[in-house]
Amino acid sequence: MKQLFDRLQALFGVTDFERKRDDLAFLKVPKDHAEMLIRHLRDHEGFSHLVFFSAVDYIEDDIFRLIYMLHNYGTRDTLGVHVDIARENAGMTSIHTLWAQAALYQRELKEMFGIDFPGSPGVDEDFMLEGWDEIPPMRREFDTRAYAEKTFFPREGREKSDPRTHMRKQFYPNWGEGE
Amino acid sequence: MSDRSRYPELVDGKPAVDLDSEKYVKLWHGPQHPGITGNMSLELILCGDEVVDCKTHVGYLHRGFEKLMERRTWIQNFPVVCRIAVPEPAFNEYLYAAGVEELAGIRPPERAQWIRNLNLEMMRLASYMAWLGGQAGAFGNNTIGQWTITHRDYLLDLFEEMTGGRIYHMYMLPGGVRSGLPDGFEGRLEAVLQKCEKLLKEIELVLLNNSVFKARAVGLGYIDKDMIDRYGITGPNQRACGVKRDLRKDAPYLVYDRLDFEIITGTASDAYERTWVRYREMHQCIDLCRQIMARMPKEGPFHEPLPNVLHWRIPPGQTYVKAECTRGEKGYYLVSDGSLYPRRICIRGPSYTHAFPVMEKLAIGTDIADIAGLMVSLHTYPPEIER
Repeated sequence: MKQLFDRLQALFGVTDFERKRDDLAFLKVPKDHAEMLIRHLRDHEGFSHLVFFSAVDYIEDDIFRLIYMLHNYGTRDTLGVHVDIARENAGMTSIHTLWAQAALYQRELKEMFGIDFPGSPGVDEDFMLEGWDEIPPMRREFDTRAYAEKTFFPREGREKSDPRTHMRKQFYPNWGEGE
Repeated sequence: MSDRSRYPELVDGKPAVDLDSEKYVKLWHGPQHPGITGNMSLELILCGDEVVDCKTHVGYLHRGFEKLMERRTWIQNFPVVCRIAVPEPAFNEYLYAAGVEELAGIRPPERAQWIRNLNLEMMRLASYMAWLGGQAGAFGNNTIGQWTITHRDYLLDLFEEMTGGRIYHMYMLPGGVRSGLPDGFEGRLEAVLQKCEKLLKEIELVLLNNSVFKARAVGLGYIDKDMIDRYGITGPNQRACGVKRDLRKDAPYLVYDRLDFEIITGTASDAYERTWVRYREMHQCIDLCRQIMARMPKEGPFHEPLPNVLHWRIPPGQTYVKAECTRGEKGYYLVSDGSLYPRRICIRGPSYTHAFPVMEKLAIGTDIADIAGLMVSLHTYPPEIER
């Protein structure tokens, strides 16, 4: 894997090589070289399997870190390619021409993180969230509790009661009276 | 698809279907339908009985697991992960535990590794039992579903003994397992395995040698070898195509490198072949359970002590762990920033590609009556798509 990194460093300017296990490593590549690097890995280095494609939100650094996880069936190595992109107007080159399932991952990333992949088939269609009008929910600033309280609770006709009080009412309706 | 003369014209890569022409009918297959695998739906466009376009829809089960896990401590996530694949939660438990152990530098005891391996193989057998009933039922052989679900229940009885839970076990926590095996478990497991073997012999006679099943499943949903890498196909769907890949052999985890088994493959790559491959893998599960029981250490610790899990900070880092579940490669990508909570957990499930691009491609040109059989032959679970 180290030899691979040296080759890629010369060709694509990859950095931050991290060897996690014998069969797992990570590296980082600038956004502009990412699509070329991934195509090179698939066509010339044997990384023919796109394991998954996702993102991590580093809101404190104002970036999304895209992670392309690739696997080489020949050498049995797995390589995670990191690409940092700005959170503002986040967008990335589409890789739907390289793998059939990539368009689906990109559609999910658009919906969940708001990262655009111009030209990717169906990227603007709803994936899971029908009629969603909030910020993309996987962004760190999306507050699940606030959203749930605003949307689902309190609901008309729904009563909230302390479980202890409720059970006391059920079993001892006359609790506190008399004696 | 070379000849598209019978199909709608493609405009920007999509079929231009004019429903007002009365030539086509749109039919929703699911989410409430016995021929669909879980809560998902297929939007089918039909021309007569033939499917000319198919679009998969999910979202009926979305509970936002990956988001939930970012707001819970590492140990609080342990009972969450098993909900991600209802018929086989054990793989999620194992992978989450393995990922956390790798990041935290914990090595579970030897006995725990064997028990985990036994649990996973029993889970595989139980999951295949549920699938086999669905596959037979999709072609009208509903009685087989009654048999297989009964035998799955025998296995769930054993899970209840072993873990306390029938469906969600919450057993393989980081550091090992929650308990050792109960007294006399080996004998009761062997009795259930013998029942399963007997059932499989009958199923071979009434399903796999059934001329109606053969007539409908042979040639259905053919997966070309070129599709394997292009679509990211894994598991029995790829092995039925003749591709000899199995993570239990290629990247051995737990104690698989000490067990004696071969990768089972097929050649025809259709729904019938996929059934055969899984059927043979069920026999393999039984054999592996016996091997594990014979070689497993009977004494020793089953859990490595953990720090106070309420204040457990995992060192910053990232990892990807994977395992061969019944449907193919299942993986967990974990990122820790050193806080009490995971920074990100991303789950890779094989259904993601099998239920979407693969299903959408294979459905075209299929008869509407065979869609359920095709869908089940790909063996997909929607919760691992929606996460």
